[in-house]
Amino acid sequence: MMTVPVQHALFLAIILFALGVTGVLVRRNLLFILMSIEIMLNAAGLAFITAAARWGQADGQVMFLFVLTLAAAEVSVGLAVIIRIRHRLTTLDADAANLMHG
Amino acid sequence: MMLLWLILIPGLGGTLAWACGGRYPDAPRWVSLGALILDLPVLALACGAPSGAWLDRLNLPWIPQLGINFELGLDGLSLLLVLLTLLLGIVAVVISWSEITERTGFFHFNLMMSLTGTIAVFLALDLFLFFFAWEVMLVPMYFLIALWGHERRTYAAIKFFLFTQGSGLLMLVAILALAFVHQSETGVFTFDYFALLGTKMAWSTEFWIMLGFFIAFAVKLAAVPFHSWLPDAHTEAPTAGSVILAGVLLKTGAYGLLRFAVPLFPHAAMAFAPTAMLLGVIAIIYGALLAFGQSDFKRLVAYSSVSHLGFVLLGIYAWNTLALQGVVVQMLAHGISTGALFILAGALQERLHTRDFAQLGGLWNSLPRLSSWGMFFAIASLGLPGLGNFIGEFLVLLGTYQVKPVFAVIGAFGTVTAAAYALLLVQRAFHGKPRDVAAPDLRARHIAVMGALAVAIIWLGVAPQKVVDTAAPSLAALRASAVTTLADGAP
Amino acid sequence: MILLLVPALPLLASAILVLSEGRMSQRNIALVGVGAVVLSAVIATLIAITFLNQQEQSVALTLWQWVHIGNFAPTVSLYLDPLSLVMMLIVTIIGSLILLYAAEFMEGDEGYNRFFAYMDLFVAAMLVLVLAGDLLALFVGWEGVGLCSYLLIGFWYQDAANGLAARKAFIVTRIGDVGFMLALFLLFTQLHTLQIQTLLVQAPNSWAVGSLAATLTAALLLTGAIGKSAQVPLQTWLPDAMAGPTPVSALIHAATMVTAGVYLIARTHTLFLLAPAVLAAVGVIGTITLLVSAFAALNQSDIKRILAYSTVSQIGYMFLALGVGAWSAAIFHLMVHAFFKALLFLAAGAITMRLHHEQNIFRMGGLATRLPLAFWSFLIGSASLAALPLITAGFYSKDAILAAAWAPGGAARLLWLGGIVTAFVTALYIFRAVFVVFFGTAKTEVSGRYGWRVALPLTALSVLALVGGLVETPPVLGGAKIFSRLLAPVFGAAPPPAPVTLILFTSAISLLGLGLAYALYWRIGPRFAAWAARPAIAACRNFFYGGWAFDELYHALVVAPFLALVRVNRHDVIDRFYTGIAWTCRWLHRRLGALQTGQVRWYASWLAAGSVVTIAVAVLR
Repeated sequence: MMTVPVQHALFLAIILFALGVTGVLVRRNLLFILMSIEIMLNAAGLAFITAAARWGQADGQVMFLFVLTLAAAEVSVGLAVIIRIRHRLTTLDADAANLMHG
Repeated sequence: MMLLWLILIPGLGGTLAWACGGRYPDAPRWVSLGALILDLPVLALACGAPSGAWLDRLNLPWIPQLGINFELGLDGLSLLLVLLTLLLGIVAVVISWSEITERTGFFHFNLMMSLTGTIAVFLALDLFLFFFAWEVMLVPMYFLIALWGHERRTYAAIKFFLFTQGSGLLMLVAILALAFVHQSETGVFTFDYFALLGTKMAWSTEFWIMLGFFIAFAVKLAAVPFHSWLPDAHTEAPTAGSVILAGVLLKTGAYGLLRFAVPLFPHAAMAFAPTAMLLGVIAIIYGALLAFGQSDFKRLVAYSSVSHLGFVLLGIYAWNTLALQGVVVQMLAHGISTGALFILAGALQERLHTRDFAQLGGLWNSLPRLSSWGMFFAIASLGLPGLGNFIGEFLVLLGTYQVKPVFAVIGAFGTVTAAAYALLLVQRAFHGKPRDVAAPDLRARHIAVMGALAVAIIWLGVAPQKVVDTAAPSLAALRASAVTTLADGAP
Repeated sequence: MILLLVPALPLLASAILVLSEGRMSQRNIALVGVGAVVLSAVIATLIAITFLNQQEQSVALTLWQWVHIGNFAPTVSLYLDPLSLVMMLIVTIIGSLILLYAAEFMEGDEGYNRFFAYMDLFVAAMLVLVLAGDLLALFVGWEGVGLCSYLLIGFWYQDAANGLAARKAFIVTRIGDVGFMLALFLLFTQLHTLQIQTLLVQAPNSWAVGSLAATLTAALLLTGAIGKSAQVPLQTWLPDAMAGPTPVSALIHAATMVTAGVYLIARTHTLFLLAPAVLAAVGVIGTITLLVSAFAALNQSDIKRILAYSTVSQIGYMFLALGVGAWSAAIFHLMVHAFFKALLFLAAGAITMRLHHEQNIFRMGGLATRLPLAFWSFLIGSASLAALPLITAGFYSKDAILAAAWAPGGAARLLWLGGIVTAFVTALYIFRAVFVVFFGTAKTEVSGRYGWRVALPLTALSVLALVGGLVETPPVLGGAKIFSRLLAPVFGAAPPPAPVTLILFTSAISLLGLGLAYALYWRIGPRFAAWAARPAIAACRNFFYGGWAFDELYHALVVAPFLALVRVNRHDVIDRFYTGIAWTCRWLHRRLGALQTGQVRWYASWLAAGSVVTIAVAVLR
């Protein structure tokens, strides 16, 4: 069985996470921001899985299940919020939604 | 047990008033009035079995793990102040009858809770309970100002809240510090007043804790330079609020100084006395100076309170029997005369919708009764002999003269400045070019209140011996407790 | 116990009038208001008769213990001795006459009820003042009359100027009262009592003559007396006090209240004897005052202001007498002055009430024939004030003072000189008024007529102003000693009488003043007026007219700085500190709040950056 080196998998996770962060910071569309967050979550999940495979422990997989649940919950809440924002502000621009400025 | 009822009756009355206020807007007035009147015989019963300086004591466990007890005690000093509280409480309910028409239930709840807290403050002998009562007294007053006040009520209410909470925090810190110092000294963690009396501590510790208490009470007493919340709060509060604030709440500061700040820390208090007396003298002159410059009826009266309470501060730190008796009489007389002036300001506000001197003046023709009562209490407030304020001021100054003559000399000039502002008040509100006002003069309800207050202040001025006798044992005990500690030797 | 009725009746009447709120008819108001004082005068007379027929020299009546704290135990007590007896009689009898007059004078005024309520309160307070057996009780009366004076000066409250005059009177006298109050503190602290008679016995035992405590006490009491009796430097309030109704000026600002200072010093003269320096100061202050105000009176045009300055000046005579230790002469002049000055004021009132309240003497003229009653009353009062020899009461009382000032010799002769100069000026200024007001051409219409309530007091006071002096005469003129013998238990033996030459000189001086007034204001009137209108003279006269610019001085020194301070500090400098804290908080809030942009990406960047920094720190350390 061909095994992927741990470093490669972690490297992939890091790249994915960096992509996610960049997405969150540079995109202005709320949907894309949400998607970027999903990517970050998945990157974290990948790191957990990798670690679980490396050490042969189930903890990482358990954590990944948590991450999945979290992601699902986050998407549902996030989408709901986005729909409300769209409703209120008629835009999906994240910068326009600054009603809570000081 | 009577002491418990003394606190419970107004507290329960207030709650009941709130409960029935929704359906019957007039019911809270009757409930509150009834509760306060019912409290009078309870107070009389409480004086039944005196022992030493104490007329009645009560000690129930509350949070024994932390050394906190529900400990109450009534002595002559607190008796007089509780009596003043009840009297002015009744007056406040009566004069709100026509002034407060919205949310009467909640109004009376706040009023009664504030009175309950005040009574508890005057009775509490456990420092934690004292702090608790202190807060109970202040928070409802915030609502009274913020909800039923005049134009700048929010500003005034927040200012009042910040000042009192800030000082309350300082007091809490000081109380805790005292309890811990006592614990390290004796191994017992307690808030009991009698246990804490005579606690031995290092000089600097004693001084700092004393200062904490002093500032907390000085803010409440509106001593210069902590007075600046007072004019705003008094001016913007509804009439009942002003009466209670000036008449009773300010006295809790004086009471705290008398009961706690001096006897608990006699060495520090003795060292601090000249400073405190200086602050008192400054307050007398400074308050009068400010009162003279005001163009708002209530603001003038509010600043006159600063001046009057300067005498109280001066007398407390003169700390001899004459001055202390003067303080007691001055507290009662100030409560009555200033309360009456605030009521009249409220009556004017109700009729003319203004307190500004520019729009007052020349009212004697159209409102002769209101004007003559105004003049009577203005004259009482300038300290005319034969009326209560004179006795207070004279005794304070006489007592001060025996300790620090120079302060008595400066303080005596306070009577000149008092004349200046009090007569200016009469001139600008009532005298001058007649002004036609289509408003009714005082009605029976106000006349009755004014009459009662006038009788009280004349009685206080002509035959104050009853008051003096009532207060004498407790003042002697307070002085003795301070002296005992001092005799125990330097800390 | 009947003594209590004397002050109690007017007090009761005042209470009734206040509580009736003016619902009674004017007739009934007058009945209550005047009746109470008349009744108390009758009782006072009865008391006087019993008192003079008995052996005891004093009656003390303790009403109740006012306060009792340690050894501070002032009582509310009445004390009757010859001195307070004389004062009581003056107050009640002259009070009744003036109130009777006022019942007609004030008729139709909408404040009729208020007027009598205040007047009765005043009489009650004044009686408390003179009858008090305790200095603290005396202080009650002292402040009480001050209050009534305030209320009555500002009686016509519609005019703001009256209110100002009233407040000025109250505040200026209160400055003096601070001294009085401090004297009480000092006396109690040193001698442990405020009972007057006890004090007078104890003070000489505890204090040496000229000791600091005695000097200080006497000086402080003097401050109080100066304020109340309108002496230099606190005299400025009295001329303005003429804003009140004329009966008020007659009773309060001429006959009774303003002489309270004289009474106080006479009452506590033992203390002043312990402080020779202060006693000398009393005489000097009196002399300065009488000169200053006589010259001011000479240049007034308002008839009431002439009389006001004259009152200040005459009280100066009383102070002069006190200063040289002629206690009974001071009280004698106090009594006689009460007669003739009340008469003068009432006569002046009788003129103005017929002239539509015109008070400027230069708009009167020629009234001698048209208002005979007022003319003769005013003339008799003037004669008594000018001390025309033999026939007037003022002659005997002023003579007694000048004799006492002459007797000690030395520097006291300067006081005598001041007195004699003033005697001349007095005759000059009052007969100036007489000639201008009653002779020459008529300038104003006369209306109305007098009722008996005006006529009776004028007549009675005229009689008193003429014969009232016969109770005490110099040896050469009969040597009656009724007055000084009556007061002997209080004051001791009277000073030696004046030599005859002195009496002749004094008489000549006052006649000279009369003559000069006749010459200047009647014979050569217009030419004199032209001379007096020259710029240099006019400036001088203006200076005198303004009361020697004391008002301006005080305004610049005290009032203006006070007002400036008040104006600057109107919004409370200390509050600025707290407002400053609030502003600082708000400023910080704005600055820090700017970080809170509300943009999700901004927050995210911060989060990311923060995480990177945190991790970097954690890894690199």
